[in-house]
Amino acid sequence: MDGIEVRCKLAWPGFTLDVDLTLPGNGITALFGHSGSGKTTLLRCLAGLERAQPGRVVFKGQTWQDEKTWRPTHQRPIGYVFQEASLFAHLNVLDNLRFGQKRSGSSGRVSLDAAIELLGIGHLLERKPDALSGGERQRVGIARALAVGPEILLMDEPLAALDLKRKQEILPYLERLHDELEIPVIYVSHSPDEVARLADHIVALDGGRVIAHGPLAETLARIDLPIRLGEDAGVVLDACVGAIDEAWHLARVDFPGGSLWTRDNGLPAGRRVRVRVLARDVSLAIGDTGPSSIQNCLDGRVESLAADDHPGLLLVRVAVGDSLLVARLTRRSADQLGIVPGLPVRVQVKSVALME
Amino acid sequence: MLTDTDLQAIWLTVRLAGITTLILFIIGTPIAWWLARTRSWWKGPCGAVVALPLVLPPSVLGFYLLLAMGPNGPVGQLTQSLGLGTLPFTFWGLVVASVFYSLPFMVQPLQNAFEAIGERPLEVAATLRASPLDTFFSVVLPLARPGFVTAGILSFAHTVGEFGVVLMIGGNIPGVTRVASVQIYDHVEAMEYADAHRLSAVMLAFSFAVLLAMYLRRDKPRREA
Repeated sequence: MDGIEVRCKLAWPGFTLDVDLTLPGNGITALFGHSGSGKTTLLRCLAGLERAQPGRVVFKGQTWQDEKTWRPTHQRPIGYVFQEASLFAHLNVLDNLRFGQKRSGSSGRVSLDAAIELLGIGHLLERKPDALSGGERQRVGIARALAVGPEILLMDEPLAALDLKRKQEILPYLERLHDELEIPVIYVSHSPDEVARLADHIVALDGGRVIAHGPLAETLARIDLPIRLGEDAGVVLDACVGAIDEAWHLARVDFPGGSLWTRDNGLPAGRRVRVRVLARDVSLAIGDTGPSSIQNCLDGRVESLAADDHPGLLLVRVAVGDSLLVARLTRRSADQLGIVPGLPVRVQVKSVALME
Repeated sequence: MLTDTDLQAIWLTVRLAGITTLILFIIGTPIAWWLARTRSWWKGPCGAVVALPLVLPPSVLGFYLLLAMGPNGPVGQLTQSLGLGTLPFTFWGLVVASVFYSLPFMVQPLQNAFEAIGERPLEVAATLRASPLDTFFSVVLPLARPGFVTAGILSFAHTVGEFGVVLMIGGNIPGVTRVASVQIYDHVEAMEYADAHRLSAVMLAFSFAVLLAMYLRRDKPRREA
């Protein structure tokens, strides 16, 4: 009832989309995959910009599409952010923002002011779109989608058309959305970094099919079907900066089940962060290891083993408290250590990436 | 200077071109919109029919229209049964003929303008709660404004310049169907070269001014959003 049921089949020459899943009704869900995996098409089906036959979209109990029903896009309570901001060239920023807000009829004024504040575009309202930078344009595009007071926000690679600097400019705003928005966000991306930073849930698509979906940390820790964010397997942990060691310029991040030391990036204690731990940076040992240059040693228990891409390598899933880590070992070392499910191990983490 | 009959002919021409352009805005816009958006097989044939007046000798077009609007033609039968009489050799007959004759000059610039807008602004408008009709008036029309200006100018100017169709449908009735181009023809027939010169110079100046205005507009630098 709370989720978003979506089932769609679409066949074009050289491409089929065949999806049947229920998306969570809260948080940021990333639709992740290569170009051509069908993630944008799936988003467009949700928005009603594409009509799958057969198709079914039920949003929190409201039927948007089934055999008998078709709610056109302009009658769906969505906000949609396109890859290019696609602002109306004939209107200034404020009129762009008000275009949808006027027509939504809902508590528009509040959402308009909130959107302007949230995206920090108050100083741009009188400008025409062609007088904005790429990053500013995209911020206006996001604010415009929020100003209609949507019940769900659909974002189609909002950062893909921007260079690195502009991305860095917008990402903090997206993180604010994550923290302050109560509506579900469906976020299409092929960028591992964005997904690791923003997503709560992930739907991994390949060739028009869902290959895995679920909560981010859990799904990334699946080793039977490693979902690669980028070139390497790894997990993402929700953590919190627990302490700063100023003498050594280190920060301790605490996650459910343990803590890790990493470089101090100047984040204050108490700040919620995400930590990405790649499988190649995790090694396993049995018993006491003696002195080592690796500072981060955790107690864990082997959960399962699975083949990796290379025949000489294995992926091992290890539970550390309530969290899961994935380690990459050679088959030989796993054999010599006698790694089997249930075995208590020392988990050594060589490096972690902190995502604010 | 220009004689009274010259002025009468010019006024008639302006009235004809003005009314024709107005009617063309009304019927040309939906045709252009359909042609720009449709994926139907009929797009090709319909586009070709709209463009026919570009290549057809005006006398051929005029001949068929004359047959259709004449007392025995389908249009003629219809107008007679409505108590309107027949259209040939009336001002409104000229208007009907001019609408056909200038149709491509309205439809093609509009179609190009609509196609240049593309799918995206329409999708954006839909996600912002605008119905298709609302989108047409609040997004498409403003974005296609340069296309409308071009289409209006071209249709008006082209109607001013028509001759063959007028002669076939309207004949040469002073104050009713004798437009400027026909008046010039009359002057030349009557060896009134001085009169023909004056009126021709007016037409030349008008045509040049129209085209100059259009080319100046087109060269104005435009920045894309």
